[in-house]
Amino acid sequence: MRISTFKAVFLGLLLALPIAGFAIDKDDAKSDKKFDPNEMIMHHVKDAHEFHFFDYKDKSYSLPLPIILWTDNGLTTFMSNKFHHDDEGKVVVEANGGKFVKLHEKIYQLESGATSVSFDAKHHPTNATLPLDISVTRNVFMMWVSVLVLLLIFSSAARVYKKSENNVPTGIASFVEPLIVFVRDEIARPMIGEHKYKKYMPYLLTIFFFIWINNIFGLIPILNGANLSGNIAFTFTLALFTFIITTVSGNKNYWKHIFWMPGVPVPMKIFLMPIELIGIFTKPISLMIRLFANITAGHIIILALMSLIFIFETIAVAPISVAFSLFITVIEIVVTAIQAYIFTILSALYFGMATEEEHH
Amino acid sequence: MELVKPGFGLVFWTALTFIFLLLLLRKLAWKPILGAVSDREQSIKDALASAEEAKKEMQNLQADNENLLKEARAERESMIKDAREVKVKMIDEAKTEAQAEAAKIMEQAKAAIESERNAAVADLKKQVADLSVEIAEKVVKGELADKGKQAALVDKLLSETTLN
Repeated sequence: MRISTFKAVFLGLLLALPIAGFAIDKDDAKSDKKFDPNEMIMHHVKDAHEFHFFDYKDKSYSLPLPIILWTDNGLTTFMSNKFHHDDEGKVVVEANGGKFVKLHEKIYQLESGATSVSFDAKHHPTNATLPLDISVTRNVFMMWVSVLVLLLIFSSAARVYKKSENNVPTGIASFVEPLIVFVRDEIARPMIGEHKYKKYMPYLLTIFFFIWINNIFGLIPILNGANLSGNIAFTFTLALFTFIITTVSGNKNYWKHIFWMPGVPVPMKIFLMPIELIGIFTKPISLMIRLFANITAGHIIILALMSLIFIFETIAVAPISVAFSLFITVIEIVVTAIQAYIFTILSALYFGMATEEEHH
Repeated sequence: MELVKPGFGLVFWTALTFIFLLLLLRKLAWKPILGAVSDREQSIKDALASAEEAKKEMQNLQADNENLLKEARAERESMIKDAREVKVKMIDEAKTEAQAEAAKIMEQAKAAIESERNAAVADLKKQVADLSVEIAEKVVKGELADKGKQAALVDKLLSETTLN
């Protein structure tokens, strides 16, 4: 029964695909305002406070998401549909004694006494501040969907083993087992070593599948390019975890290689120390930027190719745009796995370096 | 620039969600799946090792069988050889014994024949003597039916008898 629910969920997702397509904002499509590819692309690449699906006959079909703010008055929550899809700071929402506007997907709190937001020459608001925003945004929502899907996939896979008498994988388990064995035999074992890899397996497996599935979700158009793994906050957090685990599990040998490199003359030791010290931080930072840049770049390329139709304002470009973006999308499908693999294997490599024993 | 500034909200939720996911998957999925996979690998390894062992044992058994067969064959051969020898010996013994027995029987037969013959001869002698006496008696009776003849015989007998 578990597997059939799993199949149903995936069938639903597949059926939803044809309805998809990168929805072009209704403002851009309908008004005479000139199409701004930069704005459209940024809108899709960045996070949003509502889950916008499509527009139909002047109505916007979207899923409102909760806005959670920490203001001077404490926790303030309301649903994002109170803004009525406004992103220009025109609609003022009053909640918990504060007035809020949404401007370019940011929630501003108006200063007391102000009734509407006023802007300076650079279109920055002058009488509003940014409260601490921990809203459940589009990306957070998709992250939770991905968590549900991951739990569904892997708990039903684990169930297969529990049910079978001789641990024979069938159904979903025969699909995920090669992937899990791949992470174990191609990533953890060679990078960390036979004796210590087991401790890091849950982290490596989780991070591999978490990144991979969110990379894939970012490519599904109906989800409106919820670009979670192309968001620097997401990659920053995962890189931070890798950094923390590396630093915590660093042994004597690891720190010796950083502060007092063995096997080189003393001036070299002193010279290498700051470089190695910087290296501690550049490693996770490179992880963060690599994943963010790769995924975001892929999205931008696809969206830019699609924008060509609207820039040239002719349907004749469409075949070329569609063909190229199809090509890039296929490459992106490969990139989803490659980037998850790279993030995982580099994390494993850092753990391996941190736990490597001194060898003579 | 906003694109590369991590927003606090997403960092917060990502951290929370990731830790939650890590703990949940570790308990629900990774432990059972990795355990099952390594169990199976171990059992495959064991099965292969025991198959190897069985093969070796099989070979040993086969070698043992071969040896046994060889021994059995050798024993049979030696038994046949022994039997042949025994047979020959027995025949020889039987022959000599038979010969001895035959010789003995012959000897006895000869002795019996001899004694029978002697007895027969003795008997014959006696009968001949009796017969002779009878005949002589009859002859004498006949001869001596008249007085002349009796006197002639006495004369004859007397003449024949030489006095010494």
